[in-house]
Amino acid sequence: MSNYFKVLRPGINSTFQDLGRFGLQHLGIVASGCMDQLLFYISNKLVGNKVSQGALEFAYQGPLLELVGESALVAVSGKVNFNVINKNGETKQGTPNESFVVSNGDKIDILSTINSVYGYLSILGGFKLKEIKGSVSTLVRAKIGPNNGNKLQSDDKIFFNKSNSAVKTKKIEFDFDTDNTIRVMKGLQFDYFSKKSQEDFFSKEYKVTRLTDRMGMRLEGVKLENTVSKNIKSEGITKGSIQIPGDGQPIVLLSDHPTIGGYPKIANVISADYDKLVQKTTGLNLKFKLVDLSIAESAFEDYIASFNNF
Amino acid sequence: MLKKISNIGDCGITCDFGDEVNKKTNKEVIKLFNFIQTSVNNKKIKGILNYTPSYNKLIINFELGKIKSKEIIEFIKGSDYSKTALSEKNKIVEIPICYDEEFALDIKRLEEKTKLSFKEIVNEHLNTDFFVYMIGFVPGQPFLGDLNKSLYHDRLDTPRVKIKKGSVGIVEKFCTIYTFESPGGWNIIGKTPLDLFNINKKNTSVLSPGDTVKFKSITKKDLSSFKNE
Repeated sequence: MSNYFKVLRPGINSTFQDLGRFGLQHLGIVASGCMDQLLFYISNKLVGNKVSQGALEFAYQGPLLELVGESALVAVSGKVNFNVINKNGETKQGTPNESFVVSNGDKIDILSTINSVYGYLSILGGFKLKEIKGSVSTLVRAKIGPNNGNKLQSDDKIFFNKSNSAVKTKKIEFDFDTDNTIRVMKGLQFDYFSKKSQEDFFSKEYKVTRLTDRMGMRLEGVKLENTVSKNIKSEGITKGSIQIPGDGQPIVLLSDHPTIGGYPKIANVISADYDKLVQKTTGLNLKFKLVDLSIAESAFEDYIASFNNF
Repeated sequence: MLKKISNIGDCGITCDFGDEVNKKTNKEVIKLFNFIQTSVNNKKIKGILNYTPSYNKLIINFELGKIKSKEIIEFIKGSDYSKTALSEKNKIVEIPICYDEEFALDIKRLEEKTKLSFKEIVNEHLNTDFFVYMIGFVPGQPFLGDLNKSLYHDRLDTPRVKIKKGSVGIVEKFCTIYTFESPGGWNIIGKTPLDLFNINKKNTSVLSPGDTVKFKSITKKDLSSFKNE
């Protein structure tokens, strides 16, 4: 008997992701992978999977799924408002960051993330996903990944593996960092910008706009003035780079970024603050704080150490 | 010559080979790229996630928990990668192209600008040994050079909303092949039936940075009967 979830509603941007697809950026394939690594990690931990197991990532509104088959241990990570509806139509408020068992006919209705963007759904044993070049991450733009590289769609069936491991529920307590300060290092073309713009970038607020997705986060604020050149020779792009196109408004390049680009970069978000950044919702005002490499590296050690708390 | 290595955030470095966009500079970039790729494959260095060459730079991304930029910079500085010939890693690839007017959308524009005939433009293009400077923006899209100066032209003032997959375009000294249907502003001169990119194949991309490309003219009939392996 095969076990699967039937997709009754796909949600806004639900894709399968793992830690990413590496070693192919020189052929134009970006790593992709989960936006919030800590939440991804937590969702796998909650069901007892290996922490790199592919999970279902959702943004804002998630999917409505119906289980067909044998009962399964699942978990939803993040700050998420969701319901579990049983066969008889009884609705119960779900608890995120705590694994629970669903049975044949049960529905999981992921209504929305709360003051955050991304959340994850994991299942004990993992989803049955086709690995492409060593990863199950989805890059919708290039149709690369399981589910033919598509977002989740209505009537899709998500098959999952039957696990022989013991079903053991687990609960994890954590809190998002509600502070809106994001630490950055100077970008390769920092000196292209006027003194005033360099100061503005670190003192003024930049608002997250609606034009934000897995590829990039467009910000709005005081215009940043480039005094050298609006275009540079196209060069490889790194996740978290903040580029400033001709209109002077920053774009933070996120997990599905283009592999090469020709806009000057004023700064780079440090790895330790990436998860925090991607969870910032439309309309929030961000502030950037300048740090150096040694601070960024030690912040990353603290970030990684925090994984061991769970 | 490698001029400078700088950090890009805490999990990337850029190796800068100077400001020139020419084959000589790019060949130096590709030598380092080949060396890093080989070192990763032979497990001579750990924690490297991606290595992306462009005209005059190589960007290396790494897993901060496994390695730090200082170690990678020392690894590069302590090696003599520039001695390895490109021919040891790179290949010559023949790409079929159909210059039929159905596909050569911008030939009129080019004729006006270059004062050359359609045939002369095609011959110049066919006689060029193109070097693969880099691949990217979208999967598998190569940036080839150098065109003969007589063919130089600017981008279209208004980019097309849709350019078909396989379209071959030129701008200034460069030539590109669209691997996906996408918007674009290049002067389109023909179409190839060859699938340059297929994620499901072991060899995902026909081309690799540093390869050489020769175009081969085919008829409209050849184009429609062409079968990708």
